[in-house]
Amino acid sequence: MSNLLFTKTHEWVEFLDETTAKIGLTDYAQKELGDLVFVNLPEAGDEIGAGESIGDVESVKAVSEVYSPVTGTVSKVNEELLDHPDLINSEPYESWFVIFEDITDKEELLEKAEYERFLKGEE
Amino acid sequence: MDKKTPLYESHLRLGGKMVPFAGYLLPVQYETGVITEHMAVRNAAGLFDVSHMGEILLKGKDTLLNIQKLVTNDCANMYIGQVKYSPMCYEDGGVVDDLLVYKREEESYLLVVNASNREKDARFIKEHLFGEVTMEDVSDSIAQIALQGPAAEKILPKLCNIADIPVKYYTFKENVKVGDMNAIISRTGYTGEMGYELYVKNEDGEKLWELLLEKGKAEGLIPCGLGARDTLRLEAAMPLYGHEMDETITPLETGLTFAVKFHKEDFIGKDGLLSRGEPKRKRIGLRITGRGIARENCPVYAGDTLIGYTTSGTHLPYLGFPGAMAVVTKDYDTKNRLSVEIRGKKVEAEETGLPFYKNTGK
Repeated sequence: MSNLLFTKTHEWVEFLDETTAKIGLTDYAQKELGDLVFVNLPEAGDEIGAGESIGDVESVKAVSEVYSPVTGTVSKVNEELLDHPDLINSEPYESWFVIFEDITDKEELLEKAEYERFLKGEE
Repeated sequence: MDKKTPLYESHLRLGGKMVPFAGYLLPVQYETGVITEHMAVRNAAGLFDVSHMGEILLKGKDTLLNIQKLVTNDCANMYIGQVKYSPMCYEDGGVVDDLLVYKREEESYLLVVNASNREKDARFIKEHLFGEVTMEDVSDSIAQIALQGPAAEKILPKLCNIADIPVKYYTFKENVKVGDMNAIISRTGYTGEMGYELYVKNEDGEKLWELLLEKGKAEGLIPCGLGARDTLRLEAAMPLYGHEMDETITPLETGLTFAVKFHKEDFIGKDGLLSRGEPKRKRIGLRITGRGIARENCPVYAGDTLIGYTTSGTHLPYLGFPGAMAVVTKDYDTKNRLSVEIRGKKVEAEETGLPFYKNTGK
């Protein structure tokens, strides 16, 4: 997870090459949300802009949107999460949400150390 | 400024995630999380800080007459040590609150009310008192702890004389010794499991909490927050004020007919409820069969016809599927498929009997 980048809305991004990236939720996000029991994913082929919603996750108590850190096309969604949303709780950095391809733009992304400093400010 | 219960420091030590609720800072969950806490209560035991609940004492020669007027249930034949559940209504039949009536002595009763309604209730009661009766709101001096789950009956005897533990559901014993503290032990709860609610003075709250956790550890007892309290009561289909009943949803519409006694000579709301006639709505259970989790206030459809709204809903942790309660028109066409509108999308649902979960004596 050394090459992960982070958003201020608590998604992580792993660039597989210049225009392809995996997106997931950070450990901080899963802890704040609590036990996840439901996930809504986009569909392969969806074109999504940076900052737009790519789906939502629901805990027992509430629903939260997941925002795309990049502008691009969804090439793959992690369907395993549909039946096992709790994987995001147990393995947040393994449980990717979607893979984007043809990425043309991205949000402000933080390095690990910057994200950790940002989290300290959140507390 | 939100108030702290006497257990506030304990919650912080235990890693409770504190949130404001009904004017108090209370843990919504501990590090274990809502689902683990929920399952602990179904399979072993959980401990809840419910000190935010309101306690109102009524005393004097005319107490019973006043209670009979105030609440819809019939308290005339209660025995000392008995607890009774009842709604309290406005003249028009809308609900002020739902509460527990504890008969302590012939002329002394304790009412336990919802935290969010406490001040409204105290005002309402005071306005309607007559004859020889005094009211005292003692909420701020009492800590209440709920010990819930099948292991509760193994844990509590470690702290007190077994003869001091009430055996029958909806009974209580007062002035009993738990540890070295003076307590009320009530065989009641809000989880759908067997369990007890213990009332002590504020000063003893933290000590009782710590003692219960210590003695219950071997039986699997863990502290539980408001999150699990809500999912447990929802799974057991226990109504919550502000959701399944309020000023606009009457006790009869929400399935509390058993607690409304029209044979009583008079009570506030009797005429209002009678003049409304047969209720046109009812509370039902919904199992969400499509993809989604219904929360409160989602529109419910039979085919294309709007028949009502959900009043509470979540993923039901023990049963493992999403469920909701809803208040809907009584005579909807059952041939039509039901659906619940979740954030603009209709999701399939089916009616199920309530409660979703019933303890079958495991």
